[in-house]
Amino acid sequence: MTTRIFGSGIRRREDPRLITGAATYTDDVKLPGMAYAAMLRSPHAHAKITSIDTSAAAVAPGVVAVYTGADTDGVLSPIPCAWIPPDSDVKAVAHPALAKDVVRYQGDAVAVVVAENRYQAEDALELINVNYEILKAVISPEAAMQPGAPQLHEDAPNNQAFHWVAEGGDTDAAFASADVIVKDTIIHQRLIPNAIEPRSAVANYTPAMQELTLWSTSQNPHIVRFLASLVTGIAEHKIRVIATEVGGGFGSKIAMYADEMIASFCSMQLGRPVKWTATRSEGYQATIHGRDHVEYVEMAATKDGKITAVRTKVYAGMGAYLSTAGPGIPTILHGLMYCGPYDIGATKADIYGVFNNATPVDAYRGAGRPEATFLVERLVDLLAVELGTDPAELRRKNLIPKFEDGHDVASGLTYDSGDYEPVLDMVLNHVDYQALRQEQAHSREHGHYMGIGVTCYTEICGLGPSQVAGAVGFGGGLWESAIVRFHPTGKVHVFVGVSPHGQGEETTFAQVISDELGVDVDDVAVIHGDTSNTPMGWGTYGSRTTVVGAGAMALAARKVKEKARLLAAHLLEAAEADVEYEDGKFFVKGSPDQSKSIQEIATMANVAWNMPEGMEPGLEASAFYDPPNFVFPFGAHVAVVDVDPDNGHIEIRRYVAVDDCGPQINPMIVEGQVHGGVVQGAGQVLWEGVIYDENGQLLTGSMTDYAVPRAHMVPNIETLSTETRSPHNPLGVKGVGETGTIGSTATIYNAVMDALRPLGITGIDMPLTPEKVWRAIRQQQGS
Amino acid sequence: MNIQVTVNGKTHEKDVEPRQLLVHFLRDDLGLTGTKIGCDTSQCGACVVNMDGVTVKSCTCLAVQADGSEITTIEGVSPKGELDPVQQAFWNNHGLQCGYCTAGMIITTVELLKNNPSPSAEEVRDGLKGNMCRCTGYHNIVKAVLAAAEAKRS
Repeated sequence: MTTRIFGSGIRRREDPRLITGAATYTDDVKLPGMAYAAMLRSPHAHAKITSIDTSAAAVAPGVVAVYTGADTDGVLSPIPCAWIPPDSDVKAVAHPALAKDVVRYQGDAVAVVVAENRYQAEDALELINVNYEILKAVISPEAAMQPGAPQLHEDAPNNQAFHWVAEGGDTDAAFASADVIVKDTIIHQRLIPNAIEPRSAVANYTPAMQELTLWSTSQNPHIVRFLASLVTGIAEHKIRVIATEVGGGFGSKIAMYADEMIASFCSMQLGRPVKWTATRSEGYQATIHGRDHVEYVEMAATKDGKITAVRTKVYAGMGAYLSTAGPGIPTILHGLMYCGPYDIGATKADIYGVFNNATPVDAYRGAGRPEATFLVERLVDLLAVELGTDPAELRRKNLIPKFEDGHDVASGLTYDSGDYEPVLDMVLNHVDYQALRQEQAHSREHGHYMGIGVTCYTEICGLGPSQVAGAVGFGGGLWESAIVRFHPTGKVHVFVGVSPHGQGEETTFAQVISDELGVDVDDVAVIHGDTSNTPMGWGTYGSRTTVVGAGAMALAARKVKEKARLLAAHLLEAAEADVEYEDGKFFVKGSPDQSKSIQEIATMANVAWNMPEGMEPGLEASAFYDPPNFVFPFGAHVAVVDVDPDNGHIEIRRYVAVDDCGPQINPMIVEGQVHGGVVQGAGQVLWEGVIYDENGQLLTGSMTDYAVPRAHMVPNIETLSTETRSPHNPLGVKGVGETGTIGSTATIYNAVMDALRPLGITGIDMPLTPEKVWRAIRQQQGS
Repeated sequence: MNIQVTVNGKTHEKDVEPRQLLVHFLRDDLGLTGTKIGCDTSQCGACVVNMDGVTVKSCTCLAVQADGSEITTIEGVSPKGELDPVQQAFWNNHGLQCGYCTAGMIITTVELLKNNPSPSAEEVRDGLKGNMCRCTGYHNIVKAVLAAAEAKRS
């Protein structure tokens, strides 16, 4: 019996360097002769630049150079948007790295100072004199589309960045014939991703070689290389991007940012290394935000609770410019997911992308799918109230029955595999749902406000087939590649294009290779994050790293193993067909003592003293894997909350997540992903939210004002799972990086509304801060 | 200004600008980059070091204020090649993901357990509220701290 390490919760091999302070993140990089850059950012949300005077800054102590948009204009191409959904009239407005004439959000960079140290660079910023003619700003995406609203871009009338409509089935007919229609207005407030590591770049351009090395806090160094070549004009093979240790991303380190290109520009001009690192407040202005939807949503159903249609009209704030993947989030990753796990015959998404005078919006953990799950699950709860039925049972009644190899839903997607009812049963049994409802009934009699939220979700991830990527306007491929290489001593190096930044794939990928090749897990090293020694990869986001990246790696390992088998046959002097494999050994069928270990084969392949005729030396293979479909993980979550009516405080008493991400390579790491994701969803529901004033001033401008959840604010997260294989990738796996957030946002919100239902409260805009909840309760009580 | 600071058992005499932050002194002047900067405003705790027996947010402390003090950073929590029970517990219990908050978490935990060798889960959560983590949801950090407490006791 072969022992498998796939499925074992082994400790992470990344950790020893991280728990001893030995890891090297971008801001830890110090190069000889390095100078430091600091950005001057617009204090205004919308203004014309009438003049910039940098003369005093240029002669300040330690200052090496000062550059403005006049210097970068024509040298750096505009920062590109790389996701242009077709048939949606996308206005891909130019986004200059340094604003030259107009600033369009607070934080838009207008000048950069390079100095011998960071203190001198910051000092010199104060000496730059910019005159602005302040213009009116608009923040709400819905308000931005109203007549008379301040206009951000000449070529985007009414601030409309795009208009994307997707309909599957006949929603009009379904609504016309519905017994029951429930509606809601949902505001998905802007969020700040808050990776604890601020963004940073170290650019080192060597004029003699005309080569740029860029250390970058990126989730996708190969995409940065690709786009940096477009922006800087340096040929792609002369650019090396390094992102080996990255301190969290949650989507915020996908985008191609102006700052990294400005640092590169400075290094190109000066011929010396330049470091730029964001302060937290700077990051709050200049690192992408998430969500920012105003949604009008409705659901049609029969009187016996069969859901027949979902449709929406959504205003999705894009910020002042289109970020790298911005337009793809509220469209492809949102508007096609309104069926969720339910058998719904018709869905329609009517999505307006809108420019507003705010930080650009892009992917934040879940990216479009928490918003989709939230509106569907919110509407299901409202329908349950309308019909006077139990919300869990209403969900059960509408679940798509088990399917193992494809199920077409109304939006046009084909879900890969699903078995939804067992996860709902599991979570309800685990919490003893009936007992909770009894306790709730009892507590309501005593004036206590206890709420139970139940959510079923399915999500789309493992992005994705490249052909689909092209069809939906994604400006790149979505395949992955890997190289598996045996060394002479039988040790293995794996080089992957994906770029994990905290998810632990150095460990989980080694587990996969250990099983595939029959080598000890400690004999495998996984290399990622440096474009100079890894094959092309499209990055770590969309819960795709294990699905697509490990898929490529498994295919490469299988090629290696097949070559090893052929070489074993030669060395064992047996017919190729007679050589079998088990536990890292090749042996002649029927004679297990006649064997060669894969390490022995690796040695021979590397010294190549005795190879079959025509076989190349070496034992390595590369593989490219382009998945035939997305994957669709699913789950059911329950939250139990208590609301204190006297002060509006919400306590999450219990949170249970049942998730099915297919076979788990390392359950410990899977649980960790769920824990973190659930708490980020809790953050959106209860505490987090970007606040701009009417002039576009960011009021939540530091961690003092923006409430990232802390340890004492959240409970333990109970995690359970089922296992439904994906039928279409080499390992049968599905993604788990975003499921926690996708499930928890709706679950916790629904739990709070369930608690407040006796008071007649049906909705409060997130975040549900104690003050807002207290005010809503007071209003209902008429006091 | 000339200052004398003992960091991880080694004494350094350096001339520093009066306005230089302790975290920059540690990272830039001494090359001890295990201490991180996350927020600049004393909120996140990535920069926590131990100064004369108490945890200090080194992004909100001037290097000159550390004159004459003894500082322990993550690099000095355990002898080279060995792990402190707190480090070991973070590893064993998956108490970190991206690792950026980890130095601050570990330094804070060492002091927390010194002051309270047998904390409850609630006391651990309360004791860590000055340290932010965006990856773990704190679940496994709390588990790690409780495991470290048990390891230290036995």
